[in-house]
Amino acid sequence: MLHFLPRRLLQLLPTLFLVSVLIFSLQQLLPGDPALVMAGEEKDPEVIEQIRRQYHLDEPLPMQYGRWIAGVLQGDLGESMRIKQPVAQLVVEKLPVTLQLATMAMLIALLIGIPAGILSAVKKGSAWDVGANVFALWGLSTPNFWLGIMLIFLFSVKLGWLPASGYVSPREDLMQSLATTIMPAFVLGNAIAAVLMRHTRSAMLQAMNADYVRTARAKGLYEPAVVLRHALRNALTPVITLGALEFGTLLSGAVLTEQVFSIPGFGKLIVDAVFNRDYAVVQGVVLVTATVYILLNLLADVLYVMVNPRLRT
Amino acid sequence: MSVAAADAASGGNRRIDSPGRLAFRALLSRPTAVFGGVVLIGVIGLALFAPWIAPYDPLATSWSLVRKAPSAAHWFGTDEVGRDLLSRIIWGARASLSAGVIAVAIAVGVGVPTGMVAGYVGGWTDSLISRLTDAMLAIPFLILAIALAAFLGPSLGNAMIAIGVTATPIFVRLARGQVLAARAEDYVEAARAVGNPPIRILLRHILPNILPPVMVQATLAVAAAIIAEASLSFLGLGQQPPAPSWGSMLNTAQRFLTQAPWMAIFPGLAIFLTVLAFNLFGDGLRDAMDPRR
Repeated sequence: MLHFLPRRLLQLLPTLFLVSVLIFSLQQLLPGDPALVMAGEEKDPEVIEQIRRQYHLDEPLPMQYGRWIAGVLQGDLGESMRIKQPVAQLVVEKLPVTLQLATMAMLIALLIGIPAGILSAVKKGSAWDVGANVFALWGLSTPNFWLGIMLIFLFSVKLGWLPASGYVSPREDLMQSLATTIMPAFVLGNAIAAVLMRHTRSAMLQAMNADYVRTARAKGLYEPAVVLRHALRNALTPVITLGALEFGTLLSGAVLTEQVFSIPGFGKLIVDAVFNRDYAVVQGVVLVTATVYILLNLLADVLYVMVNPRLRT
Repeated sequence: MSVAAADAASGGNRRIDSPGRLAFRALLSRPTAVFGGVVLIGVIGLALFAPWIAPYDPLATSWSLVRKAPSAAHWFGTDEVGRDLLSRIIWGARASLSAGVIAVAIAVGVGVPTGMVAGYVGGWTDSLISRLTDAMLAIPFLILAIALAAFLGPSLGNAMIAIGVTATPIFVRLARGQVLAARAEDYVEAARAVGNPPIRILLRHILPNILPPVMVQATLAVAAAIIAEASLSFLGLGQQPPAPSWGSMLNTAQRFLTQAPWMAIFPGLAIFLTVLAFNLFGDGLRDAMDPRR
């Protein structure tokens, strides 16, 4: 049933290649000379020349790209100029934090978005429907860093229930970890819940008008069974695909949310790198993000086929 | 019954409305879209007439007015150096709106022609453009915008360019898809048959037909661009201080959350209302222009 997989994997190669070229060429936009920046206070031309050689900044661009991509393919994303650590190691350290946040956010989004979507479709035109739609609009129009600041104000400053910033690993202390991540996860999940709600609603509305639902009702089935077993199962297919795609939004949103809550994850890594002009880290993080996103796209396609019996031939 | 007979039956004075007029009327019949439109006009008015509307100079500091809570003299309170928040929010509308509109203008200006060429010419050109579009779309929106803004250097102008470039592939894809669909239509076939050159077919025949979806997408993209500009300014990659922008005001506000929460509440509300208005208006526009309505 997954006979399309090899072809899809092959199609990924040119995309990945172009992504890597795009990311590599970003540094050509730079106004300053990286060697000068790294030299810092040191203005000795010899030192600058040495830095240039050490980081191969004196080679022609295609050579630099070749060197970079050859390293990337062997898992070497270069070295952070600031912290003097391999970028790959930084990524491996920070990624779990963001993944924890993203997973919690997705759970929150699913728990809010799908029931709200079902409810508003089943009770179309009712107060529930209006409420769910207002929630969706609110979720789509609120900048998530502002929502984060407001939650900190309410739950940390006013009520003192949750810590305003910081992060504790779940392996250290699970409850503390949840306390430090629940607000950022809600901030991230909120916008996605809105998207999921809208799509679930329209998919459910379509399903509820389908012939098989009428048949199920005509058989005298109990209404919740009609909604959950017949309509929902069909309506959820596109929603699952969407969920995988929304992971990209989560990674984007994590940048700001981690900044607001001072969480040492992927997003904070890229922002710090940007301000330290630590190119290797910026490039490494963007490349890893893009690759994860492309693979999630593929996963979405696979899931789509797996949950859709009609495509299972 | 023929059309003439039907006309005669209905009194003979039936007027045939243009699609634009019909869409406009459909838009007006939606309260949420009207609300969005009214708020938009208000925000645009604030931005245009900021020098006359703002009660104070947005840059004037005053040590006797540091972090004063909202009052009759300063409706939204004052910030950490005694500047009037209401005036800064009114002036900040300029940064946010111009960033949103200019970024989307860049995206539409580059994306739509590129997508139209890809869709019409096909072949290698199309493959190359499509793969590039895929590659750009594979990098999450804000991450690409941050990377671009960071490499270009922090300023409002560079933030607009970064957001515009990042939003371009959406319009390439949209225009390409629309042209592919339009190319198979009879009117394009007819235009080609009478010997029109491709450029004329694209501009005079196809473009007007693909404009409605582009307009809807552009309205919604402005909403996204305003959030993106606020995000970049929040990170210090957009409008530079002391010039007012909603995003950078929030950045400062976070440090004074305990002492001066109003510094965080009002700029955020301004972003929220503006983005909400664009979203409502865009949704209304989409429904109003949908021929299946």
